[in-house]
Amino acid sequence: MQELIRRYGISLSVIMAAMTAFWLLALVVIPNLVLFKFSFRLYLPVDQLGGPNDVYTLKNYITFFDSPIHINVFFSTIMYSSMVTVICLIVTYPIAYMLAKVLKPTDTATFFLILLIPLWVSEILRSFAWFIILSAQGPLNALLAGIGLIEKPIRWITGFQAVVVGLVYAYILFMLLPIYNAIQALDTNQIEASQDLGASVWRTHWRVVIPHSKPGIASGCVMVFMLCAGSVVVPSTLASTNSRWFTEIIQQWMFEGLDWNVGSAYAFLLLALCIVFVSLVMRLLNVRLVDIAK
Amino acid sequence: MSEDVHLSQISMNFGSFRAVDNVDVTIKPGEFFSFLGPSGCGKTTILRLISGFMEPTEGAIKIGGKDMRGIRPNARPTALIFQNLALFPLMPIWENITFGLEVRGVPKTIRRAKAEELLQLVDLHDSADKRVSQLSGGQKQRVAIARALAVEPKVMLLDEPLSALDLKLRQHMRAELRAIQKRTGVTFIYITHDQGEALAMSDRVGVMSQGVLQQVATPQEIYNNPTNGFVASFVGENNVFTGRVKSASDGVAVFETPKGDFSAKLGQNISVGDVSKLYVRPEFCTLHREADAKANSLMVEVSEIAFEGNFVNVFVKDRSGDTHMVQVQNDPSVPPPALHSSCHMVFNPASCMILAEAKAGRTGH
Repeated sequence: MQELIRRYGISLSVIMAAMTAFWLLALVVIPNLVLFKFSFRLYLPVDQLGGPNDVYTLKNYITFFDSPIHINVFFSTIMYSSMVTVICLIVTYPIAYMLAKVLKPTDTATFFLILLIPLWVSEILRSFAWFIILSAQGPLNALLAGIGLIEKPIRWITGFQAVVVGLVYAYILFMLLPIYNAIQALDTNQIEASQDLGASVWRTHWRVVIPHSKPGIASGCVMVFMLCAGSVVVPSTLASTNSRWFTEIIQQWMFEGLDWNVGSAYAFLLLALCIVFVSLVMRLLNVRLVDIAK
Repeated sequence: MSEDVHLSQISMNFGSFRAVDNVDVTIKPGEFFSFLGPSGCGKTTILRLISGFMEPTEGAIKIGGKDMRGIRPNARPTALIFQNLALFPLMPIWENITFGLEVRGVPKTIRRAKAEELLQLVDLHDSADKRVSQLSGGQKQRVAIARALAVEPKVMLLDEPLSALDLKLRQHMRAELRAIQKRTGVTFIYITHDQGEALAMSDRVGVMSQGVLQQVATPQEIYNNPTNGFVASFVGENNVFTGRVKSASDGVAVFETPKGDFSAKLGQNISVGDVSKLYVRPEFCTLHREADAKANSLMVEVSEIAFEGNFVNVFVKDRSGDTHMVQVQNDPSVPPPALHSSCHMVFNPASCMILAEAKAGRTGH
């Protein structure tokens, strides 16, 4: 704060601090607290509000544990979000390494531009583009049929497979950028020293590059996982009848059932269980939150 | 244990830039060989070529008679010590040292014992379980040396590893490196821009400029008998006179300059009539009241005296205003001439040399 005042003067510092505080309090903390309060109260007709039935209860939370279907949807959300995270990691690590250490800096800039341009298009349009690509009469089937790989169209949009494809596409850059940053910060001499001491390419990655970029990998994984678990647009565009995402159930409670109370309870359950899951994985990989914040 | 390294007419181009130009030298087994030159002269490129991070555009590198072309850095019998050492910060010291053994599948207990042994060798006890960040600059240096020695390389390559250390530690590490090299008998190839390091440690020195190897010789030979003007002026100080070779007999020439005629040894590739330069080291010059008929002498006036401790640099101006330097031993019983006094700068023909310019490089390309 003193550094801020020294650099920008007192008035500008106060404005900046006030705006940050407003964003944090008014747009993040307070709405969440309101929903948190909602989640412990019942969905009552207006005339009963404040009456004897208007009490704090855990009933909204118990609704979830009483519903095997919702529990099932919750675990498939966690499972497929993890799957998307792993796919993103496997796909981006070599790309991040290539961008950070192999390509010339000028080529890296071009490459990044190519990667970032799709991000300018809204998520809905990008998901819908995949809906078209993967549809039965779509370009993918036409291509595969054209080169003679398949005889009749494959139904891609079934189960969770189209959702996984859409989510990987939507959030892959959130994996790429932190890993790229981490690898770029690695002294190239360390990679060369490892090779010079006789290590193979695999060994160099396993012992030198990956340990160094672990904070980047962890922060990429956490971001992609949380974004996936909380995604609404992609699953509602690309899901089929037999695949539902947990956020869709929250949405149904809130906007179709108009029951904000159960909806909030479900939202907080998702948040809490995601935090538990992420902490467990971080403990397992021996990464601390401080490393990710870097 | 150690092998010879033969650089057979190697050249390296980066696009149209010729970083290394037709370098041809054989480094003997167990030798401490230094490549000495200013930054950008191509010496680091040579090191990267030997270690295998680059392949030469032309020529061949042979280690122990075996052509290294196509052999990756991890399969070459060399170990490189990087300028910034490149220790692995996430591994404890002992894992750093035995990383090269780990990748060869040596079991952990043997590796641990080997690490202790190497730490003894480089005089670092009780550091096996420390982190890299806990060590001082000199200690990190020793760990880097131990890590390179662990893979039992035939050839050690060192890229200015002492440049980050302070003066006292640097001088200490010079002696240390030299001792480790003698103890292990490994061929050392050392890259430096510091002539003091190169002269003090090496069996032989190769002086480089513009990608061209200018001279390969023992430190004494490099200093006392440089083969061209670049070597003379890069290694040590000189007083330089420009002029023309008037006559020559038995390798001794009369050199005509605007300041008078001087006698001097005639260097390679210089003949009568050539315009060239005469080089004489400050410590071979003396100041006298009288001119010396048997030696070269020049009327000068003392313009500045710099006391350096064990010696004194006396700067003198001749009649045309050019400054020369005379270096005298510090001796309180024989003080240097007073400031602004006139005297004769005398230098022996046997200690001055007429030399050609540096061998040209990076041309015709």
